[in-house]
Amino acid sequence: MGDVLKRIPVREQDPQVRAKNFEEVCLGYNKEEAMEEATRCLKCKNPQCQKGCPVGIDIPGFIKQVEEGNIEEAYQVISKYSALPAVCGRVCPQETQCEAKCIRGIKGDPVSIGKLERFVADWAREHEICPTAPTQKKGKKVAVVGSGPAGLTCAGDLAKAGYDVTIFEVLHEPGGVLVYGIPEFRLPKKTVVASEIENVKALGVKIETNVVIGKSMTVDELLTEEGFDAVFIGSGAGLPKFMGIPGENANGVFSANEYLTRSNLMKAFREEYDTPIIAGKKVAVVGGGNVAMDAARTALRLGAEVHIVYRRSEAELPARVEEVHHAKQEGIIFNLLTNPKEILVDENDAVKGIRCVKMQLGEPDASGRRRPVEIPDSEFIMDVDTVIMSLGTSPNPLISSTTKGLEINGHKCIIAQEENGQTTKEGVYAGGDAVTGAATVILAMGAGKAAAKGIDEYLSNK
Amino acid sequence: MYKITKKEMLSDSIILMDVIAPRVAKHCYPGQFVIVKMDEQGERIPLTICDYDREKETITIVFQIVGASTKMMAKYEVGDSFRDFTGPLGCKSELIDEPIEELKKKKILFVAGGVGTAPVYPQVKWMKSQGCEVDCIIGARTKSLIILEEEMKKVAANTYVTTDDGSYGFKGNVNDMIKELIHNRGKSYDLVIAIGPVIMMKFVCLLTKELGIKTVVSMNPIMVDGTGMCGACRLTVGGQVKFACVDGPEFDGHLVDFDESMKRQQMYKTEEGRAILRQTEGTTHHGGCGLCS
Repeated sequence: MGDVLKRIPVREQDPQVRAKNFEEVCLGYNKEEAMEEATRCLKCKNPQCQKGCPVGIDIPGFIKQVEEGNIEEAYQVISKYSALPAVCGRVCPQETQCEAKCIRGIKGDPVSIGKLERFVADWAREHEICPTAPTQKKGKKVAVVGSGPAGLTCAGDLAKAGYDVTIFEVLHEPGGVLVYGIPEFRLPKKTVVASEIENVKALGVKIETNVVIGKSMTVDELLTEEGFDAVFIGSGAGLPKFMGIPGENANGVFSANEYLTRSNLMKAFREEYDTPIIAGKKVAVVGGGNVAMDAARTALRLGAEVHIVYRRSEAELPARVEEVHHAKQEGIIFNLLTNPKEILVDENDAVKGIRCVKMQLGEPDASGRRRPVEIPDSEFIMDVDTVIMSLGTSPNPLISSTTKGLEINGHKCIIAQEENGQTTKEGVYAGGDAVTGAATVILAMGAGKAAAKGIDEYLSNK
Repeated sequence: MYKITKKEMLSDSIILMDVIAPRVAKHCYPGQFVIVKMDEQGERIPLTICDYDREKETITIVFQIVGASTKMMAKYEVGDSFRDFTGPLGCKSELIDEPIEELKKKKILFVAGGVGTAPVYPQVKWMKSQGCEVDCIIGARTKSLIILEEEMKKVAANTYVTTDDGSYGFKGNVNDMIKELIHNRGKSYDLVIAIGPVIMMKFVCLLTKELGIKTVVSMNPIMVDGTGMCGACRLTVGGQVKFACVDGPEFDGHLVDFDESMKRQQMYKTEEGRAILRQTEGTTHHGGCGLCS
């Protein structure tokens, strides 16, 4: 037995090697490693970890099964709460959720809950264990708009409860941000995402791709002509934000959404796919969130020298610590306390550099973080040929502008009650980024789950 | 899968297809576009809707062979299917929501350039169905690139054909034709709708600004998702950044920064690719077709 205060380390691809490929970075636990890590769980009577999970997974319950080597049982425990364990085990910010509350973590490392969840989900997939459709049907139809984490979770929970669920997806592949946003090296598409979606379909959920709700059909038509009894909107985040500085429309400036969509959804990094991507020789990614890290690490794998340009300091980086750590290991250069003022272009309107200014941290602002302020006379030129703006998104107006009675707030997000997803329009529920603005996969799943409960209550009383 | 029910060569390099897409055909209007993806590996190609049949549940698309993807698309035959066909996307033409009585009072000129004749056609057809008489100029470099002339003649009050080389119809570009109509044939217009290569739309707008005629253009920039997610299709309109896929594709032509749009369309073209285009398309190909990303 090792030191009980330390978690079992997880195997990863060597940083030098993985910086040149799109294979998954983290290799995960094997059964022995997982069972040993599981022994570190204290099986608290009042498990704090579960409170830290947005979908409330019975964490000690599944870990106990892992410890005893009953992986299939462990999978059944998780499946009661989550439709996407292989995804969550990979992309959830466990360090600020379940693992942050783990009592083990008070003295030593918290239990590696995320890696255990991932192991269980991967084991179940490899052993072809999938959920089964319920036999009891409710005889009511629910439409789900969007097949990202919120939509899949909501659809899965409703299908388990016996509803006839159809997901409408605008893109040509289901999965939403899991497919277009998060890169292959963090979340393999064929093995992990596609198989989790198959599991949701195994519950009886139908998925129709290439349908633009708001254009091909409106939400009102879903409720009338198409005969759905309720609608869940999980249409995700929307239009990319830009800084509004000169030169931003120059050739070589991309939104992170565009760059990642080309690489992830359209698979531009593979020879046999037709969609092009401009790799860039020297790339600046502006922003410090998870999406920025994903874009930076994608550009690196396409062969570029990559800089993260962020206006605050390392402590304020919104990205997960693990992502920052991986990015640094792979050779991403962090230009912190630096803010772009202008994108410089050559005679063909192509990017040739960024005029930046150095920043320092001043007094805390409304968000509680210290406000970055410019240092006078500190401007300098950064030579780059590609700029990727990763500044977040603002909601897509396609649905809100075409649905009567669906109200939005000042940020153009759909107004929905947190506890049940209910919007201002009867029979219409919403959750995920469409409601909160850009957030995480697991928060969207939590919202999808809450809305499934809300829809079940609404339809049960109708 | 979305089956092709009709295929017609409009010229050596311009192809028309009818595709079964019930959800799109039921809800689309002139001015909107679709995204076509041929197969698993293919690009998402934005194409403006050229016609639709709500009964037969078909959408008509017209495209010009200008790159690897459209070349492959041209090989598809009746009975073959596209893997993906999404729409309708973008906003419908402003004309659709204008009160008919107001529209009838207006003297409207449509200006169609090359393959841009395809998206002009459904608008003129719609105007005719509402009882509005409009004029239409169809322009191209040479006779073989004039498309949909007969169809247009059936729906427009007057159709004027012009070719740069004078091989057919009036000799000159579309601006020469506009000037001819206004200065020599006693015509006057309250609204121009110009769709074609960006360079053509730019010069039409310069002329109509001078003449004081409001002008609407349809932009077809590089897109990836086409649903308001990626921002690739951004352009500057009146100093503001707009996304063609959700804010457009039609904009007030007097406010569009055409030079920026033309440069952005060059983004994915290699020097080698440009050389081939120069060879095959001559000087008419300025990247304005929107199909050559």
